[in-house]
Amino acid sequence: MAGTDVTHAQWTRPNIQPSWLVRLFDWKPFLIFMCMLPAAGLLLVFLTYPLGLGIWLAFTDTTIGRSGVWVGLENFEYLMGDRLFWQAVFYSVFYTSVATVGKFGLGLWLALLLNNHLPFKSLLRAIILLPWIVPTVLSAIAFWWIYDAQFSIISYVFVDVLGWRTTYFDFLGSTWPARWSLIFANIWRGIPFVAITLLAGLQTISPSLYEAALLDGSTGWQRFRFITFPLLLPILAIVMTFSIIFTFTDFQLVYAITRGGPVNSTHLLATLAFQRGIPGGNLGEGAAIAVSMIPFLVFATLFSYFALARRKWQQGEAND
Amino acid sequence: MTDAAAANTDTPSTATVAPEAMHWDNRARRVVTIYVPLACFVFILLFPFYWMAVTSFKPNAELYDYKTYNPFWIAKPTLDHIYKLLFDTAYPRWILTTMTVAVCATVLSLFSSVLAAYAIQRLRFKGSQYVGLAIYLAYLVPPSILFIPLATMVYQFGLFDSPIALILTYPTFLVPFCTWLLIGYFKSIPYELEECALIDGATRLQILRRITLPLAVPGLISAGIFSFTLSWNEFIYSLAFIQSSENKTVPVAILTELISGDVYQWGALMAGSLLGSLPVAIFYSFFVDYYVSSLTGAVKE
Repeated sequence: MAGTDVTHAQWTRPNIQPSWLVRLFDWKPFLIFMCMLPAAGLLLVFLTYPLGLGIWLAFTDTTIGRSGVWVGLENFEYLMGDRLFWQAVFYSVFYTSVATVGKFGLGLWLALLLNNHLPFKSLLRAIILLPWIVPTVLSAIAFWWIYDAQFSIISYVFVDVLGWRTTYFDFLGSTWPARWSLIFANIWRGIPFVAITLLAGLQTISPSLYEAALLDGSTGWQRFRFITFPLLLPILAIVMTFSIIFTFTDFQLVYAITRGGPVNSTHLLATLAFQRGIPGGNLGEGAAIAVSMIPFLVFATLFSYFALARRKWQQGEAND
Repeated sequence: MTDAAAANTDTPSTATVAPEAMHWDNRARRVVTIYVPLACFVFILLFPFYWMAVTSFKPNAELYDYKTYNPFWIAKPTLDHIYKLLFDTAYPRWILTTMTVAVCATVLSLFSSVLAAYAIQRLRFKGSQYVGLAIYLAYLVPPSILFIPLATMVYQFGLFDSPIALILTYPTFLVPFCTWLLIGYFKSIPYELEECALIDGATRLQILRRITLPLAVPGLISAGIFSFTLSWNEFIYSLAFIQSSENKTVPVAILTELISGDVYQWGALMAGSLLGSLPVAIFYSFFVDYYVSSLTGAVKE
């Protein structure tokens, strides 16, 4: 008995008893708490709390420099009768739907093109991602210059080089041309992200599926319809949810190119909220406009959730 | 694979055509269906940058005269716009502010997200999945909903017009993104390595510092690049929280300070946009492979 004690004592390392602090950090619940603290603290203070505060502000008549009182639904009632608000809702929905269709149609096409065996593959990818890397406002300013009424390069090409038109385009001067110009700039900026992420999705699809389909005598369209598209759908759903949310709440492009003009026709909900809330000073009303975006965002998130649920169903189907 | 596919989509009659003709047919087909559309995409995606660069170096005489000069080219390149930008405006100051804010916000976000991702993915506590989901959902809350309440908070904290307000608010969109990215990275590191260290008597913090973090360096780099570019790109917070010219970030400053009256200094505006894009583009070009792989990895998760 005593002998074993001696040998055991020889095996233990010389006294390196860790300090109480080290032992505290080795205690798992404490360690988890300490690890989560910075992230959770930042998010609770600067995200969750402001989200709640924003909803509360929407029910008050707060203005800059004066804290407001609870006014119930007054802000929303006012917005119900506000023609500009409804115009912004309409344009936000229109902008999001057209831009999303454009981005995903063209992005998918570009992804399919890039999925071919091509020379300089990584250089090509780097070039294609560029519009997405460069800060939005800075590329928006470039578009602003391209859309200039007098010195637009597009007008120059159509009028002076090709001779297809006799007058210069008025891109940003009237309602619909301005709306389409913004949508085009948004699609331009969105294509790279969609293309690169869908390309990643395409590369996970096993070539053996295509070989099997080829042996069965499928056409190119059939292979796209029955192999590529269904297998790409889960990624497509996630990327699309992100894209819808960030297009719907877009601010930079519109603010940089038209600032909501001409005659407020290109306001999105975010730019209208900014205009009423910060320079206009009506924080309560601005918050109400911002809060009215939430139902759309919840809808987009649910869409993603059900698309993911569909993915599980698909995987179950594949296992059969 | 694709060549075979293209050949097989033809009608069966092509099988009787001489192999050489078929080969030629394939190549022509490839050019029309792949290279031509690809070239159009690249042209359209790059043209605004080309136009930005050309405008930045054009003297005003050429800039506003398309009749005598070919607008697509520069007859007499000049550095006037860039000179004006650097010495007549506070541009260097704006770049410095933006850089400081982006670096600080990135460091703060990386620090918090590494710990959070480690706790969620490696320490595995009860409900860690739901914490992960909550962080993912936090990413879906866009800044355009938060800027009004944040503006009132920033004002109450006495941080209005201070870059600290930006450094503290940018993590609201950086932390969820980085955490999400790093959870994926930690997942790819074998558990056994940590278990061995644990058996050898290492403490949890030693494991994090000596084993997990060194292995997650590629993930840290890509999270860092993403954070840096996202901070550089941020607009609405800095538009709402900053008022004085010298504290503005590049995107906001160009849009609000360089535009005076009805006459736009297009040359200087384009030069400002070009110079403002360069740091991000250069930074990104060094790490493009990390960037693409983490972007695609994050989506595959």
